[in-house]
Amino acid sequence: MSGGAFLSRIGFSVLAALLGVLFALPLIWFIFAPFNARAEMGLALPDPWTLSNFVTVFQNAFAVRALFNSLIQSVGGVILIGAAATLAAYALSRSTIPGKSAVTYVLLLFSSVVSGSAAMVPIFLIISAMGLIDTQLAVILVFAGGLLPTAMFILRDFIDGIPKSYEESAMVAGASPLQAFFDVALPVIRPGIVVIVVWAFVNIWGSFLIPFILLRSSEQMPASVAIYSFYSEAGTPIVTLLAAYALIYSLPVVLLYLFVSWRFGFRFFGGIKA
Amino acid sequence: MSNRLRALYLGLATITTLVTPAFAVDLTVSCRCVEGGANSNDAIFIKTKLIPAFTEKMKAEGKEVNVTLNEFGGTDEQYTQQLALDFSTGAGSDVSGFDGFLVPSFVEGGLLKPLEEVAGPEVNSWEGWSHISDGIKALLSYQGKPYGIAKGTDVRMIFTRKDLLEKAGLPADWQPANWAEILDAARKLKASGVEFPLQLNAGVAMGEATTMQGYWMALLGTGEQVTDENGKFIVSSQGILDTLNLYKTIYVDEGLGDQRAQLLADGRNQSFANFRDGKTALLVEGDYFWRSVTRPDAEFGLANRDEVVGWAKMPAQEPGKGLRGQDFVTISGGTGFVLNPATKNPAEAWALLAYMNSVEMLDEFQKIQPAIRARDDVAIPNSEFLTTTSQTLLPLTTARPNDANYNKVSAEIQRMTESVVSGELSPEDAMAQYKASVIAIIGEDNTVSKL
Amino acid sequence: MKQFSLLSRRVAALFLTPGAILVGLFILLPFFWVIFVSFTNRTLLGRTALNPEFVGLQNYVRLFDPATFFTRGQFGSSLIITTEFVLLSALVGQALLGLLLAWLMQAIRPGLKRFVEAMVIGAWILPEVVIGFAWFAFLDYDNGTLNMILRGLGLPPGDFLLQQPFWVIVIFNTWRGAAFSMMLFNSAFASIPPSYFQAADVAGASSWQKFRDIALPLIRGHVVTDLILITMWTFNVFTPFLLTHGGPAYRTELLSIYNYRVAFRDFEFGKGAAVGVIIMLINLVLALIYLSIGRRKSKAEKEAAT
Repeated sequence: MSGGAFLSRIGFSVLAALLGVLFALPLIWFIFAPFNARAEMGLALPDPWTLSNFVTVFQNAFAVRALFNSLIQSVGGVILIGAAATLAAYALSRSTIPGKSAVTYVLLLFSSVVSGSAAMVPIFLIISAMGLIDTQLAVILVFAGGLLPTAMFILRDFIDGIPKSYEESAMVAGASPLQAFFDVALPVIRPGIVVIVVWAFVNIWGSFLIPFILLRSSEQMPASVAIYSFYSEAGTPIVTLLAAYALIYSLPVVLLYLFVSWRFGFRFFGGIKA
Repeated sequence: MSNRLRALYLGLATITTLVTPAFAVDLTVSCRCVEGGANSNDAIFIKTKLIPAFTEKMKAEGKEVNVTLNEFGGTDEQYTQQLALDFSTGAGSDVSGFDGFLVPSFVEGGLLKPLEEVAGPEVNSWEGWSHISDGIKALLSYQGKPYGIAKGTDVRMIFTRKDLLEKAGLPADWQPANWAEILDAARKLKASGVEFPLQLNAGVAMGEATTMQGYWMALLGTGEQVTDENGKFIVSSQGILDTLNLYKTIYVDEGLGDQRAQLLADGRNQSFANFRDGKTALLVEGDYFWRSVTRPDAEFGLANRDEVVGWAKMPAQEPGKGLRGQDFVTISGGTGFVLNPATKNPAEAWALLAYMNSVEMLDEFQKIQPAIRARDDVAIPNSEFLTTTSQTLLPLTTARPNDANYNKVSAEIQRMTESVVSGELSPEDAMAQYKASVIAIIGEDNTVSKL
Repeated sequence: MKQFSLLSRRVAALFLTPGAILVGLFILLPFFWVIFVSFTNRTLLGRTALNPEFVGLQNYVRLFDPATFFTRGQFGSSLIITTEFVLLSALVGQALLGLLLAWLMQAIRPGLKRFVEAMVIGAWILPEVVIGFAWFAFLDYDNGTLNMILRGLGLPPGDFLLQQPFWVIVIFNTWRGAAFSMMLFNSAFASIPPSYFQAADVAGASSWQKFRDIALPLIRGHVVTDLILITMWTFNVFTPFLLTHGGPAYRTELLSIYNYRVAFRDFEFGKGAAVGVIIMLINLVLALIYLSIGRRKSKAEKEAAT
């Protein structure tokens, strides 16, 4: 390698490393604070490293219940989305319903137009009218509705890529169309469903605005709103509790991402764009 | 025993077992109070005295109740938001802490119902009403009907750090006669090393505390109120201009106040901390500042409060220029508790509310935090501060207009002060924006311009 | 081959039903309802909660009223802030940073590459409340990590959240979203045949020349796609609320935050709905641009294939 290329390579590496460190800076606090029994807003090395903050979190009934609520919302949401999106995407791909590609595009258009921040007023009013304010069901339904078009679009693309011969040969062998769907197509579609499920889970788990608007009593709040109320509505924030709690709350997302990138390769999330 | 009788016994037994659990009632109370935090005494009173006593009382009457307190630790604005969203969706505590100035807009929005509608006509025969003055009853009433019971009323004044005053060469019983003397004292304090000698609440973050403890206290000194004698909101006047110029002098021109604290989200706490730490020596606040905030064992308390904390009346701009021609001014508010119209147990909720305001409970409250209570048959505590302030200031006081538009206008007032205090707008421009915004909100017919 | 559909119309309709109900209820219905409410003066408190009146375009007229348009804390000011925010943090910030990072990734060791990618993507995938709080602690005036570093370097500490709140949220959002652009450009670069770059190396081209003359023209379509997508997302983002609550003094009140305040703090549903409709209209324009580019691209690809 020529000298010039070598220097530029070093320069690039330095620049890249610098950028990496800059990106990591705001998060460094999270490496230390959760393990520091006397954690404050500032960066400090814990002395000693302790897990007592995590014990405090689990002793706080409100915090633990909030984690459960997040779980309920996310799991409920992905079940609903997974089922509805798969069925709908399959129908759009394999049937001869007229205007199906138009429908997909129109739905996609609507879902990007009716974003969370634009639709907060009518969603609040609709859920209120249905009597579902302050229920987990409301959050699950709203998310299912909101994420469905994108999920359908991704899955439909995916299913379109699967040759119809799979099901056709099954039907030639005597299976009904429904059997062909459940026994032949579904297993092949499964990876796509996994991607949708993971993406939806991460979205719902991390969301703040919808539960903030639709839920009222503290028993129903998910972890995202709980964390927010810990540092803005509790007077002076209890930093130790917050740090450990935030770490626990982030764990599922990080694990899921690692899982997806291991299973499907690193670039997959780049491919999931509406 | 014949089959018929057996069936009858079985039926009766079933019915009794089905009916008895219905007597166990769950009640919730909420307030903007956190034990160990804001309004700690309210929380302590409710948790340690009211709830056990009430549970006992109900048991003696053959009812089982479970009462829980929801402690809310956020700001007043966040609490108001929670109340509005809760009540509008049928959620919320059975008995809720409530600030009187919110009553009109909640009532007109259908979110509050009169006590007698929620709990029945027996509300009107409560023994407590005869011991509560009409003025105090009116704090949580609208158009003649009570919606809750007020805790009492309060007054506002300038709190002083006597030790810092002496250090600056001012008398410990300093009493300014006009605005110029306040500013003068602040300058002397600053010269003697006090970083932010004067605190007059401003900005959006402090919410209604800005309007009440800051803006009103100054505006009243110019002889004006927020509305005129016909109930129209004054949107442009010399009084407003003078008030804004006072703010400008304090925060922008001479740096006599902590500008940063007016913009921070928890700025009010910051102002309390400044007073405690000796960075502020003159703080315009309500008497709860003495009763609750500066108590020796409170978060912003002073161990030697009784020696170093004094108070002075808030003067008018010039003697005789204040409201009604007064030399000194003050304003009173009122908070209390209301019944949630969506409560599932109106009878028990009313029993709790009434018991909270009974003589025996208020006496217990006095032991935790002495104050002038709403009832005249509760002993006035032996506190020189409380007796002197109420005797001196109550005759001078006024109240906020009982108008459903008030809170929206108050929000514009807060914005107006913030734009001046942050240096962004001149008082003239800020007032012009205030005028435009208020007219846009409530219509020109409800406003009047004096300039 | 026999031409028969795998699903009868009836079964297909059945399959579509659950999705249709959800989408109808939570996307289509809100779309029409928000337009409807925007023509009323409905509120949560006060007289107009029980008796909202139809007021026509009054909410919209008030939003665009020249007397209050540029006032801090009003709609116009929020619109301007949001536009500047999108331009700076998405179009300039995220896209350029993503481009730079993706280009750097091509030229460095795999170990370092993984480290940098992990950091950048970590910023993107962590839940918004967590990073909101992380930055809140990071920027704290008295104890925050940033000020600790500045003091350590001998530089004066800054009260960033109060003094330069707008730049804080711009940098915050750039940090937050750069990962997406980086990954998109990464895969775009990966699709360029390596022989192009090898030929350029032989000709002695510098990295900048390779980028400007080979990579950039080939990924132009991707650049446009990326820009539109991140513009749409950034326009609707709500996360900065967790950092600044739209303050101080409304200096960081993006449209989404303004909408929230009008609807759920001031409780003016009619006005909030009007703001929502305007946000939807802008989203519509952006989405149409995106979809038409997508259509044109796939049409071009089809033509190229024939």
